[in-house]
Amino acid sequence: MKKHLLSVDDLTTDDVHTLFTTAAEMHDVQRRQVKKLPALRGRTVINMFFEDSTRTRSSFEIAGKWLSADTINITGKGSSASKGESLRDTVLTVASMGVDALVVRHGASGACQQVAQWIDAVVINAGDGTHEHPTQALLDAYTLTRRLGTLEGKHVVIVGDLTHSRVFRSNVACLTMLGAEVTVVAPPTLMPSGVDAWSASAGFATTYDLDEVIDKADAVMMLRVQRERMSGGFFPTGREYTVGYGLTRDRLARLGPDVPICHPGPMNRGLEIAADAADAVQSAILEQVSAGVAIRMSVLYHLLAGEGAV
Amino acid sequence: MTEKTDPILIKGASLLGERTADVLVVDGVVAEIGTPDAAGARVVDADGLVLLPGLVDLHTHLREPGREDAETILTGSRAAAVGGYTAVLAMANTNPVTDTAEAAERVLDLGRQAGLVDVQPVGAVTKGLAGEELAEIGLMARSRAAVRVFSDDGRCVHNARVMRRALEYVKAFGGVVSQHAQDPDLAGPASCCHEGELSGRLGLPGWPGVAEEVIVARDVMLARHTGSRVHVAHASTAGTVEVLRWAKAQGIAVTAEVTPHHLLLTTDLLAGYDPTFKVNPPLRPAEDVEALRGALADGTIDAVATDHAPHARHDKEHAFVDAAFGMLGLETALGVVATVMVESGRMGWGDLARVMSTRPAQIAGLADHGRPLAVGEPAHLTLVDPAAAVVVDRDSSVSLSRNNPWHGRSLSAAVHATLLRGVPTVLEGKLA
Repeated sequence: MKKHLLSVDDLTTDDVHTLFTTAAEMHDVQRRQVKKLPALRGRTVINMFFEDSTRTRSSFEIAGKWLSADTINITGKGSSASKGESLRDTVLTVASMGVDALVVRHGASGACQQVAQWIDAVVINAGDGTHEHPTQALLDAYTLTRRLGTLEGKHVVIVGDLTHSRVFRSNVACLTMLGAEVTVVAPPTLMPSGVDAWSASAGFATTYDLDEVIDKADAVMMLRVQRERMSGGFFPTGREYTVGYGLTRDRLARLGPDVPICHPGPMNRGLEIAADAADAVQSAILEQVSAGVAIRMSVLYHLLAGEGAV
Repeated sequence: MTEKTDPILIKGASLLGERTADVLVVDGVVAEIGTPDAAGARVVDADGLVLLPGLVDLHTHLREPGREDAETILTGSRAAAVGGYTAVLAMANTNPVTDTAEAAERVLDLGRQAGLVDVQPVGAVTKGLAGEELAEIGLMARSRAAVRVFSDDGRCVHNARVMRRALEYVKAFGGVVSQHAQDPDLAGPASCCHEGELSGRLGLPGWPGVAEEVIVARDVMLARHTGSRVHVAHASTAGTVEVLRWAKAQGIAVTAEVTPHHLLLTTDLLAGYDPTFKVNPPLRPAEDVEALRGALADGTIDAVATDHAPHARHDKEHAFVDAAFGMLGLETALGVVATVMVESGRMGWGDLARVMSTRPAQIAGLADHGRPLAVGEPAHLTLVDPAAAVVVDRDSSVSLSRNNPWHGRSLSAAVHATLLRGVPTVLEGKLA
């Protein structure tokens, strides 16, 4: 495994399977009464979150604590530029305190890659702008693998604001690596630039028509749509978005009973996902959250403790 | 302007790469060409070197006043001289902005004090570059600085009414508006990566070529309507080239420049999120680069201009979208153009002189620069070693800044000497 986890592209298929195997063991730990493992005792993990986050930050924090690492959270809103300090100075300052890993969330795409060039510690990308969110993709693929047995040949449909989604970018890479057939769905205004060339070379499909593919889905992944996108002219109203791209009650009825429904959260119930779909028996949304801790334990373990048995 | 200078004999130079002769320079002018008798003259051995008229840069950011930690008029003048330039146009987006006669004269005077190149101020089109009210264009034109080129560079004059008035107004004194073509509704301040597959993959805010092209298209129509002269700064797309070609065929008074970086560097360099390659307009795909090269060779694009944009190191050490736009260019421009256009056989040295000296001087209204290599002309001269193979080292730059996208690249020609009014500013590639 590479030193850092900055992008899904840093991982091989073998790496992903290794991470899943360890995650499954970690998942069992979650169900124990005493959840602490000694693996990262004496190691320091700093969660540097330059952008708001509740679930990802607490997930990493819990993961670190259950592995006995000392975890500290540092939050700072806004770009370092607006504070007058360069990003390099900010991270060098923190890194100089003697940390083993920095878990970085930043509003700017590529920030984690830049950070990794400046410091010696392990850098884990916890979401960089609209670029990548690799641990989210790992936990999604892990959840779907547990549900479906395998991703090989399975058809995963990803729907939502693809342009602004780091979850989509990491997921499409991870899912196709594991052999899934991926179709991404969005109105043209929310399709990323150059998606035709990209999808052709990366081997996924695109469509503007959710109804064309929903019957053929083995899993659906709904992405959050931010209401402020309406002011940017990406779509006219929430109502219109829901009719075209929401997982409505009608579309839920067309899904097979074993088709998992995923959402990385936070959900806009009634916009991209109906309450009935979010709470459906086949919904995997809360499993994703619990898998998130297991996956992050696995990532921390492999990047900090090295290969070997837990 | 003629002053006493020591006689210099440039011996054995190839004039524009076309014919070999000795050139005698006396008192700031070319005194004789051929085999002059020059006893007592200082001899510059130019065997194997190409002699060009001194280069003229239509687009330089010297950062003084305001950001003297990134560059000063003196250090920028040094970089210009080392790059073979004898005149540079200093952009107005300093702090304070060059939007008054006093500010323009101060830039002129600081340039004269430095004494390495003629520093000609560009005046702002609008007060404070705000795009709303015209700056004191007429007073700048009437000042000692005799400003003729006006630009809000860094920002687009996007209001069509303001642009129309500016174009009309500069007609009174033969001025030109140099437009930074960027429709802010199509490419906002965060836009930093050519919009395409790479921006989609990297998740960087896209800067589509059309944001430039719609402004260029509008401006050439405004130039036609007003009968005025517009200049397109840093043209970067094939679509802009098409519009320029059409407009010139109609006889519209439009000129355009291209930067060295848009002639060679491509958008894929952004894949590693290195802010060294963040520039505005952004690096484009190879198809655009090819269109720009073709347009430069056939005259659709008139000039090469550096858009030399020094930045303090810490202003580039932010996340990519937060880092400053711009890259160094003065010291490497000739090497890049020689490599891309001359070595490839697409242009001769005479063509290079046209796009890096003659046309820029004409566009800027600099009567003394960009002159033919002929007896009686001002001795603004650049000697180039066309066989030099130089690996660019950012640490050897005389600029105060290090945001050098050419670091580590091999360029196939180098400036050997530069003469400003007959006085060497650079000899053997080093400041004299």
